[in-house]
Amino acid sequence: MARYLLVRILQSLVLLVLVSLIGFAVLHLAPGGPLAQFALIPGMSQADIARIAAQMGLDRPLPIQYWEWFSRLLIGDWGHSYRDSQPVLAVISAHLPATLELMISALFIAVVLGVWIGVMGAVRRYSVFDSLATIGAMIALSIPTFWFGLVVIYLFSVKLGWLPAGSRFTIGDGSFLDYVHHLIGPALVLALVEVAIWSRYMRASMLDAISQDYIRTAQAKGLPRRIVLLRHALRNALLPMITLAGLELPTLLGGALVTETVFTWPGMGRLFLDSLSYRDYPVVMGLLTFSALLVLFGNLLADLCCALADPRIRLT
Amino acid sequence: MSATLRAGDVAMDDAVVLADTPESARGSRPWQRFRHHRLAMFGSAAIFILVLATVVGPWLIPFDELHIDIRNRFAPPLVGGHIFGTDQLGRDLAARLLTAGRLSLAVGFSAMLISASFGTLIGVVAGYYGGLVGAALMRFVDAILCFPTIFLLLVLAAFIVPNVAMITLIIAATAWMEVARIVASQIATLRERDFTLAAEMLGASGTYIMFNELLRNAIGPIIVAATLTVARAILLEAYISFLGYGIQPPMASWGNMLNNAQQYLGSAPWLAIFPGLAITLAVTSFNFVGDGLRDALDARMDIG
Repeated sequence: MARYLLVRILQSLVLLVLVSLIGFAVLHLAPGGPLAQFALIPGMSQADIARIAAQMGLDRPLPIQYWEWFSRLLIGDWGHSYRDSQPVLAVISAHLPATLELMISALFIAVVLGVWIGVMGAVRRYSVFDSLATIGAMIALSIPTFWFGLVVIYLFSVKLGWLPAGSRFTIGDGSFLDYVHHLIGPALVLALVEVAIWSRYMRASMLDAISQDYIRTAQAKGLPRRIVLLRHALRNALLPMITLAGLELPTLLGGALVTETVFTWPGMGRLFLDSLSYRDYPVVMGLLTFSALLVLFGNLLADLCCALADPRIRLT
Repeated sequence: MSATLRAGDVAMDDAVVLADTPESARGSRPWQRFRHHRLAMFGSAAIFILVLATVVGPWLIPFDELHIDIRNRFAPPLVGGHIFGTDQLGRDLAARLLTAGRLSLAVGFSAMLISASFGTLIGVVAGYYGGLVGAALMRFVDAILCFPTIFLLLVLAAFIVPNVAMITLIIAATAWMEVARIVASQIATLRERDFTLAAEMLGASGTYIMFNELLRNAIGPIIVAATLTVARAILLEAYISFLGYGIQPPMASWGNMLNNAQQYLGSAPWLAIFPGLAITLAVTSFNFVGDGLRDALDARMDIG
């Protein structure tokens, strides 16, 4: 266990360095580089900009600049927003809860529905339910999230008037029920793709578990089918799903960005698009790096949980 | 067999050979397995019709996709000869859908060609050399995959001049990693096989072994991954065009038609419904075909 932990953490550190390198490279790809904001100020001469570049250390070799940027990243100094001079990390953390709320609710729906559909599909392989679930999952994976969002708004907000068309709460209300009411639409939209993915993986994992020898042993002992499936097969089939939760983080985060746009949800995705249209590069880069770090740690956490839950990994 | 090998050759060879295969062999060859995959056949037919419609269709429709007719704005479907209705400027939606589809499909297909080639190149090199080179390349792939694709794509889109070529290029730049991963693992396995050793004994160069011997045997998974990449690329184009960073008006793409439709959702829902259905149909079809190819070529991969 200790050795597995160590290897896994070292791998993550290597990835962390690579992720930061890519972030740094993209930052320098930006038109005008980190100096773009000063070039826009009237009365700035070329000499002024050169002086600022020297002050900011931008005339030094790239490896040194990278190291400075990376160490500032580590201590939490991610620069300041061009728009309101707020620290980038503060801006991001102000928008984080809304996104997390959306992601966690969508993930919850995906896990519950996906596991159920996957298990039913595996247990009744090639049944009508299984075929429909397979086709349904393939179509769900192909529907553009934003369009599905528009369809949900059209049906449930414009036509039926059941759900609010956007934002996180009604101004002046803000009770718990009001929050939930606003959450239903975007959470369902974001969950659609995830349900499809989870049900496919769960089906494959369950089929794999059912074909194992210990299932035959359990059946031979005369245990009821339900007990064999739930206690023996499902428990083992769920283990790889922990890793899936980590692997699916980028999709979930990307989906959240699109969903937030359609539902005017005040989260990280909205912030990202707003900052992009204002050319507020520090925030854009901060969000890009932050999302990659979130994914990196999410994956690490998922693997560690998997190791804790699975004695086969724990003992090696 | 000649040395050059491109995507599609395998299926075509088999189709020719199978023309006179006895009935008993049914289901044993990739082409026949593919033909018995109902969803894949549906997907192929839909793609064929979509391509035909978007290439030929605009000439058959009596409206120009850019012709503005203010008197007939927001005409609902089937009114005034407009099958799918008109938009806020009175432009015929059917004509716009078809020309948009031409662009969306072309972008998706070209992005696939670029990203599949690049992904294959990286994958072959990483898989063949393994060791430090392979590990470095694959960790780089892992690192890029940490970034949610849409975030990366939007940042790149904000940095470029949004013309069709550049948009195709940035979509390709964010879609090659899966192919690289699949190819690398395939090549790494094939590298251990005896025929590789034999080729080395015969004095074949590393480049020859990589791109002739190994790549030829990994072609199945590459075709499957490439097909699924078309689906992804069409979807990605739709996403960034919807968000305003992709194909720019007045040029129509399925994605930017939806961007436009958002504000008229209550009054003219058909503006949102048809482009979305078109995207879903195209993407679903490519996913079905990819799934059918995976079964037919028996190229099992860890993609759901």
